[in-house]
Amino acid sequence: MTESPAPETSQPMVRFERVTKRYGSLVVLDELDLDIARNEKVAIIGPSGSGKTTVLRMLMTLEKIDGGVIHVDGEPLTHMERNGQLVRANESHLRRMRGKIGMVFQHFNLFPHMTSLGNCIEAPMRVLGLSRREAEDRARELLEMVGLRDKMGHYPSQMSGGQQQRVAIARALAMRPKVMLFDEVTSALDPELVGEVLNVIRRLGEEHDLTMLMVTHQMGFAREFADRVCFFYEGKIAEQGAPAELLGNPKEERTRQFLSAVLEAS
Amino acid sequence: MRALVVCGIVCFAAGLAVAGLPGLRDFLPQLLAGAVVTIEITIGGCAVAVAAALVAAMAKMYGPAPLRWLAVAYIELFRGTSALVQLFWLFYVLPHFGVLLEPMTVGIVALGLNVGAYGAEVVRGAVNAVPRGQWEATVALNMTRAQALRRVILPQAFVAMIPPWGNLFIELLKATALVSLITISDLAFRAQQLNQITFETVKIFTIVLLIYLAISSVITVGMRALEERAARGIGRGRA
Repeated sequence: MTESPAPETSQPMVRFERVTKRYGSLVVLDELDLDIARNEKVAIIGPSGSGKTTVLRMLMTLEKIDGGVIHVDGEPLTHMERNGQLVRANESHLRRMRGKIGMVFQHFNLFPHMTSLGNCIEAPMRVLGLSRREAEDRARELLEMVGLRDKMGHYPSQMSGGQQQRVAIARALAMRPKVMLFDEVTSALDPELVGEVLNVIRRLGEEHDLTMLMVTHQMGFAREFADRVCFFYEGKIAEQGAPAELLGNPKEERTRQFLSAVLEAS
Repeated sequence: MRALVVCGIVCFAAGLAVAGLPGLRDFLPQLLAGAVVTIEITIGGCAVAVAAALVAAMAKMYGPAPLRWLAVAYIELFRGTSALVQLFWLFYVLPHFGVLLEPMTVGIVALGLNVGAYGAEVVRGAVNAVPRGQWEATVALNMTRAQALRRVILPQAFVAMIPPWGNLFIELLKATALVSLITISDLAFRAQQLNQITFETVKIFTIVLLIYLAISSVITVGMRALEERAARGIGRGRA
């Protein structure tokens, strides 16, 4: 973990405070508490339905919160202060806070009617107000970083899944987020394309000051890349710790069961 | 596509063989003048229909409550009543409230609003068919809903809208015959008129049929071309 300037390090970058999420009677997140430090890389693992993807979706404000508060960069995200009280965030507060967060999806979600470059300059121009020239310069640099310099004029349908996912990473980075969320970003890829995407994420972690949260089934990658692994079970963190410790020597029976099931599958 | 063109040519030739007798020269100019009016109303009506459909669909899906109700009322009213009565209402009833419109304006507005009501549901269906992940990407990129719609969702929905819009445009073309009942000299009106003078019923109505078919073929071919182009633009067609 790289150290940030001193005054900022005291505060976590992301803080979940007793966060609850329900779908009808189903409790997906159950009073979750989770702090993530600046520039920390956290891998989230767990069986399906354990709430791990919901953590990312709530942080991206794609889901409404049913209880608790999420803070980002020292400010409430899901709520805002009004007359000394925390009330639900309105759209303009959400828009201001969302700018700190970027997300990469399992199914890429690239805009199919825009080229790679078009995908990467759309929001910087319209949301950040960059000129086309500035936006294109930034996009070119990022597409080059993800190794797609020669694919800038290509449409998503003309690229492999791995290439599309790398464009999606560049597109998210073009908004200069402080926190990047990766939601099972290699799950929809053919096995031979997984490596190229993970390599890009690895480089991102090394070269940029980014707080990263990733939901993943790639245990090998989690072990090598993450500062911490959180094992989710039924809407709670059942166990968390350093990757080598949690993955190599889990304390909880549920963690052990999950890991051996994953190992068997691969 | 090719079959359609061939079919059109054969029909036209057959029609001309029937009609291509002495006397054709006497009434063809009249019919063509009527056809021009029909085409004008079709084009105007289609423009009104697309605009009305887009506005109504957006209001119904994303507008504040009063706008939403207004859009629903419009859609249900114009879908649920007869196009002819709508035409009469605008033409004969509005003047009682002091609004006097040109017959052409009434024809274009009435037919446009009628077809637009159906079109609103076409737009809504196509917008809803855009994968949810596209919306989520726009949220993750911090775009506003208006930006998302304009730049991401509608361009993709557009492709899915083209075939049903082709149907609606042809419906509108055929419905233009109704305007002959509010004093407009469209193709149907001219045919009636000529028929009463010349009694050349077979020739006249065969030619009229063929002219309608020719216009609708142009719409079909045009929309097909538009669809192909749009599909390519979205990266789904042949690259």
